[in-house]
Amino acid sequence: MTIRTPTPRGPVRSAPARSAPDALVVPPGEITTGHARGAPLRREGPAKLTGVAKYADDLVFPGAWYGGTVRSTEAHARLDAIELDPGFDWSGVVVVSAADIPGDNVVSLISDDQPVLVPVGGEIRHHAEPVALLAAPDRGMLREARQRLTLRTTPLPAVFDPLQSGEVFAHFDIRRGDVEAALAGAELVVEGIYRVGHQEQLYIENQAMIAVPVDDGGVAVHGSLQCPYYIHTALKRALLLDDRRARVVQTETGGGFGGKEEYPSMIALHAALLALKCKRPVRMIYERHEDIAATTKRHPAIVTYRSGVDREGHLIAQDIEVVMDGGAYTTLTPVVLSRGTLHAGGPYACENVRIRSRAVATNTPPNGAFRGFGAPQVEFAAEMQVNRIAEVLKVSPLELRRRWVYQRGDVTPTGQVLRESVAGEEVLLRATEASEYERVRERTAGARARRGADGSGREGGDRTASGIGLALGWHGAGFTGSGEVHLASIASVELTADGRIAVLTASTEMGQGTKTIFPQLVADELGMAVGDVAIAPQDTAIVPDSGPTVASRTAMVVGGLLIKAARRLRAAVEARNDGRPFADVRVADAAIHGSTRVDQAFEPYPHVHFDDDTYRGDAYPAFGWAACVATVDVDLDTAEVTVRDVVAADDVGRVIHPVLAEGQVEGGTLQAIGYATIEEIKLRDGRYLNDRLATYIIPTSLDAPRITSLLVEAPFSGAPHGAKGVGELPMDVGAPAVVAAIHDATGAWIHELPASPERILARLGITRPIDAEPRLLAVDDAFREPIDAGTDPRPDAETDPQVMRGPRDADERR
Amino acid sequence: MTTWRFVVNDAPVEVEAPGMRRLLDVLREDLALTGTKEGCGEGECGACTVLLDGAPVDSCLVPICQVDGARVATVEGLAEPSHEGAVLDSLQQAFLEAGGAQCGICTPGMLMAARAYLNDGGAADEAAIREAIAGNLCRCTGYTKIVEAIAIAAGGSR
Repeated sequence: MTIRTPTPRGPVRSAPARSAPDALVVPPGEITTGHARGAPLRREGPAKLTGVAKYADDLVFPGAWYGGTVRSTEAHARLDAIELDPGFDWSGVVVVSAADIPGDNVVSLISDDQPVLVPVGGEIRHHAEPVALLAAPDRGMLREARQRLTLRTTPLPAVFDPLQSGEVFAHFDIRRGDVEAALAGAELVVEGIYRVGHQEQLYIENQAMIAVPVDDGGVAVHGSLQCPYYIHTALKRALLLDDRRARVVQTETGGGFGGKEEYPSMIALHAALLALKCKRPVRMIYERHEDIAATTKRHPAIVTYRSGVDREGHLIAQDIEVVMDGGAYTTLTPVVLSRGTLHAGGPYACENVRIRSRAVATNTPPNGAFRGFGAPQVEFAAEMQVNRIAEVLKVSPLELRRRWVYQRGDVTPTGQVLRESVAGEEVLLRATEASEYERVRERTAGARARRGADGSGREGGDRTASGIGLALGWHGAGFTGSGEVHLASIASVELTADGRIAVLTASTEMGQGTKTIFPQLVADELGMAVGDVAIAPQDTAIVPDSGPTVASRTAMVVGGLLIKAARRLRAAVEARNDGRPFADVRVADAAIHGSTRVDQAFEPYPHVHFDDDTYRGDAYPAFGWAACVATVDVDLDTAEVTVRDVVAADDVGRVIHPVLAEGQVEGGTLQAIGYATIEEIKLRDGRYLNDRLATYIIPTSLDAPRITSLLVEAPFSGAPHGAKGVGELPMDVGAPAVVAAIHDATGAWIHELPASPERILARLGITRPIDAEPRLLAVDDAFREPIDAGTDPRPDAETDPQVMRGPRDADERR
Repeated sequence: MTTWRFVVNDAPVEVEAPGMRRLLDVLREDLALTGTKEGCGEGECGACTVLLDGAPVDSCLVPICQVDGARVATVEGLAEPSHEGAVLDSLQQAFLEAGGAQCGICTPGMLMAARAYLNDGGAADEAAIREAIAGNLCRCTGYTKIVEAIAIAAGGSR
């Protein structure tokens, strides 16, 4: 068969350089020679660096109209009518409502609860819910039309507090051992309640989709997206199209981080409905305000945690309750909750564990995928617990983690035996050695002692306090449980009729390096130069469904499929050419046999079994491991936090491309630091208040620390190359490391993210104002005068409900 | 409508546009120079950074009436065209090798901010480089490799 791949316009050559002696001549968008520390250069790098890479909004479709979305302005209401102003000339505009949807009015990954557009008579469930669509030949007319359209609604009572919600999207209950008995017999019990809020992915390219009607009644959408086949499925269902008449093409994508996993299906449907109705291309390019206001965020969570420790300092019990706020519709929430549940214990061996979790509905925009996918929320809580226990036991946080961290042969709460690729201790040691953690900690403790618990020793020069903090994390590699089996992904390698190699997958490039590492893996297997391997465009008309580009699965799972496909291709071609090397015979072979394509389907990893009903067994084929050491300066007057240095050690199984892998660690680490310190969504009545880039802030180059990334390799035997993925790992550990460092500097434990100056000051101010007479909070005080949190898991930010009991002798003093 | 005359990447241009039309739109839609990106439309992200008479500006905040007679430099002007393709300049080359571009959407603006820094004689000094690109948001890289790339282009090695 023949496939469509970019046609190389001749090899790339070095040329006399204008300014750099070894500058490249790079035909835009083509393969580049040269190398980045021994690995290939980013495949699409030159196109991005010269401005010729085409993102969705850069594409020109002659005659295209501009599409817009009319959204609810209420959090919960019945839609009574959509009224068009009779004084406006509607003939030059196209209006789409739910009545125009030929198929099911649903955009769904798990449950069929979210409509493409709310129908008249239907229920509006959040503030940014799409109700109608408009298209016009220019932006001015689109704006005008939007003002002439009115929604008539009847308000309904709304729920904004997840703890008041009675509508449960999903719940899990994982038990191992007898947690109540273990807690009753524990020497020390530490309880904590931790809250984290929304986080916006804030890819710098806004969501964008352009739909083009096709003569056969079908539609092609070109857009910024992570998962072509998710959109393909959504289009087929709502528009009643067959496989062929629905076509999805990924354009260059300016970041995703999970934010372009599911919402693009909604936008694609909107653009397609308009395009089919006005019979011309329609551009749906979100502005930043609409993007933040309407698209999915990281789930807020409340994690209640009780840990029990025995007389010898062993972790003997973990009793954990997780509540996540799913927002108005199911979206991916059950899977996010599942991952959060499975990671809630942290990377620590414990005989008695109970993890109960639920995700509930509120009348807020739906939450969804964001790098880490439920794990950062719970691992923040898990690490806070370890740090607070270390403080009570007067043991170094490093030492306590060394004692507790999973070793090979240990068993997780689902009963999974960690048989291989267990590198928690290694990343811990690598990160703490490189950062000289213990030595710095001694120094910061000395400075804190000199300032005195009440701050009386603070000298004129003490403007800031330095602190160092440590966190350890784990992240299940690939899809949860039997997810990969259900996905049944296919990836292909083809020797084309003209003797070239093409890689065919639906895995998207959004900056992480898919288009660079795939040719690299295939070229290695075939004994060819990486530049001789082309990558087919992510177009559902061309490439097979190799699953979504999510869950750090691209390098591990799809990369593994490509290696197997390349091995089979090589074996087949060499077998019919007297065993001569593939690279030598491929052109001649193709001339005789035409193209040869190998489709490799996913094969279950051996010895990996998970029961989706009981949640027992191997939750993940393997885990990646991450440690983070953060050094901060806290302004003693304003409580502003500067994260100065981060050392991150991440076990990725196998490093395919060091520069790209480090880039993942560095980028993920900074997103975690933003989560820890400045990123926060404020809500009023279910609406985001800071839904602009002027008000939702992310770290700049001046907020970013110097990041040192150490890559550790504990290969996973189930993947032919041993890779376990890297994208999400650093996101799990950055926030708890920063919060531990803030504590090391100030003595304040911040239980709620972000650890803003306001929170730090309030936390310090309750017990002792930091300004005049700083009296730094010590955990010892908390357990001399325990505060009864009762059963209310909703503390105010200003109160400290953290209950502690024991050790036994201390207990008797109460 | 008014006619505005200015220079883009060393080529003189003439544009008919209302005076308050954004330079960003003139570049992207009237001149088909889509290398310059829009990330927020309110001067926060810096993705639309171009050089106006050598100084980095957010082109989403600049009305075309302020550009009359000026020299504009965009990402499209960095590489040297040749009949075989484009020859990357030393800054682009450093970004390519150091891993300074990931998703690429902030890259054009980042390059222009860095170009202005280098044109002003900026050195391979980490703190100064971070200051120079503080108006350009990147969500992918953590800035580490961007800073490294600019330092390399400034003649330093890290």
